[in-house]
Amino acid sequence: MDWMVWTTPTAVFFAVIAAMLVGMTAWEVVSPTVERKGFLPIATTRGDRLFIGLLSAAYIHLAVVGFTQLSIWLALGGSVIWLLILMRWG
Amino acid sequence: MSDSLPTTPEAVRQRAAAADSRRRRQARPVSRQWRRRGLMAAYIVFVLLPIYWLLNMSFQSNTEILGGLTLWPENFTTEHYAKIFTEPSWYMGYVNSIIYVLMNMLISIAVALPAAYAFSRYQFIGDKHLFFWLLTNLMAPPAVFLLPYFQLYYTVGLFDTHIAVALAHCLFNIPLAVWILEGFMSGVPKEIDETAFIDGYSFPRFFVKIFIPMISSGIGVTLFFLFMFSWVELLLASTLTATHAQPIASVMTQTKGASGIDWGTLAAAGTLTILPGIVVVYFVRNHIAKGFALGRT
Amino acid sequence: MTKVYNNRAWWLILPMLLLVAFSAVIPVMTVVNYSVQDVFDAHTRFFTGTEWFREMLNDPALQAAVLRQFAFSLTVLAIEVPLGIGIALIMPKKGWQASAILILVTMPLLIPWNVVGSIWQIFTRGDIGLMGWSLRELGYGYNITSSPLDAWVTIILMDVWHWTPLIALLCFSGLRSIPDAYYQAARIDRASKWAVFRYIQLPKLTNVLVIGVLLRFMHSFMIYAEPFVLTGGGPGNSTTFLSQSLTTMAIGQQDLGPSAAFSLIYFLIILLVTWVFYTAIMNMQKDDNNQEA
Repeated sequence: MDWMVWTTPTAVFFAVIAAMLVGMTAWEVVSPTVERKGFLPIATTRGDRLFIGLLSAAYIHLAVVGFTQLSIWLALGGSVIWLLILMRWG
Repeated sequence: MSDSLPTTPEAVRQRAAAADSRRRRQARPVSRQWRRRGLMAAYIVFVLLPIYWLLNMSFQSNTEILGGLTLWPENFTTEHYAKIFTEPSWYMGYVNSIIYVLMNMLISIAVALPAAYAFSRYQFIGDKHLFFWLLTNLMAPPAVFLLPYFQLYYTVGLFDTHIAVALAHCLFNIPLAVWILEGFMSGVPKEIDETAFIDGYSFPRFFVKIFIPMISSGIGVTLFFLFMFSWVELLLASTLTATHAQPIASVMTQTKGASGIDWGTLAAAGTLTILPGIVVVYFVRNHIAKGFALGRT
Repeated sequence: MTKVYNNRAWWLILPMLLLVAFSAVIPVMTVVNYSVQDVFDAHTRFFTGTEWFREMLNDPALQAAVLRQFAFSLTVLAIEVPLGIGIALIMPKKGWQASAILILVTMPLLIPWNVVGSIWQIFTRGDIGLMGWSLRELGYGYNITSSPLDAWVTIILMDVWHWTPLIALLCFSGLRSIPDAYYQAARIDRASKWAVFRYIQLPKLTNVLVIGVLLRFMHSFMIYAEPFVLTGGGPGNSTTFLSQSLTTMAIGQQDLGPSAAFSLIYFLIILLVTWVFYTAIMNMQKDDNNQEA
């Protein structure tokens, strides 16, 4: 494991992703998702919306880090809010 | 009316024009066919010309190559081929490449068969996302994975072994195999599975005895694709090996010596890398077109 | 086909999943770890946060490489797709000629990628290459090591040579799956050649074409060996594409952190494009099914 040069932030990052996957699976078992059409142009399931949310979060972070002087926490906060909006109304 | 003879000059002209156009219409398919053949021939020439040039070079001595342009080998020589077949550093390159390609084909098809069956027959939690994730691995640039692979295989002690390259090529070959096989399997009616299970076949027995023979052409095509993509890849293969399992692709960089490039040997080595592909494609020629459409037409 | 809902199917997936995870997930995690640190070796490393990402996103050389990459990928698609369809339409469908032409057309696909580079290197050299020599004899000062335009045109020509067969074979198999009855009906209706193509052949080709465009876009986006052998990315940086920039940085300069950050950006671009394509394919198939139902 030494060669993978783990750091606390990246470990937390992957732990959160793993937790999300486990959580989504559990949620799916308890109450299966129904495909529906929200404000996105295509019909999506919960998993699709999570994926779209995470992918756009990655781009939001890149934009903030690369082209602005804003703090990365702002990007994180924005991404979380966007993810929640997407999950609820997407 | 048309049988009666024309009476006015106007009608004569009309009739002549009609007959003329009829003749032209009948004649057109023939000329069109020739145009078709001409275009096809032109494309084949375009495909073959660079390969011919490689072949041409491989039979010339280096002095003839550098001495001036000759359209065919004037002093026909097989010295470059002789060199490749007698020097272990050269021919072992081919042996190494073939070893890891075969290993990779074996591993990929073994794990892809059940997985493709699951995707083609069942719905389960996360199936679509899993399939998409597989696809992203097919699309991932090998360059991205170079460093971690190097570290990973170095750490587990697999660096410079055939199995390391075979495993690394699984990254894109397993998803490809699942994709193609899933297409072929979806073409097999589900009633076959159901009947077999009613007849008391267990799943493994059904899979091996009935299902695999039914999609044998699909498996053949899949193996061809696995061969092809493992054979042509060189970035990972040459990064993960040093001397013991060096693929032919990186042996070929040796032709760059102090005295310039050894063009003849480079050309001969290149020619020899094309041959296995032609042999393999010959066996699957009747199914290959379907395979390219991922079994999905 | 209606599929049965059964989560035990996961057991069939499991071996494949473990293997692909070993070759994909662990490396990706490592790349992410590298990207936030300045790594000298496993014990000498410093946390740098998002610095590498900022640096990479603002690196003019890499921005230029991204634009060049898109320009290249779109150009080859614009040439290869129509050409591939055209070749599929004129390929003979029966007899020994069909097999022979099929094998000949497939040939470029089976050549190792660096050998493709070597073939074109030999073919285009001014002194010993047929194409380079002919162009010079015709009075054009063709030189891929000094003229960026020549280098570009040659690389595109090479890619067309190398990959048009893929599109052609995909379309060929799509065309072969059209029942003869369709063509007979078209003949009875005296449909024009264009009408046959537009209303019978093209719809059948859409599915295979989407696959073809997806594969072609992705492969052209990770092109490495061919231009590396042919031009080495030159003259200057004019034919340096993303994979080559990345490999130079990672292997040549051993800059683990920056190259990892760059890898992730590269990967995110690919992920987005793949996802858009995949969603498009899936929705198209869904629409087809709805129309048929």
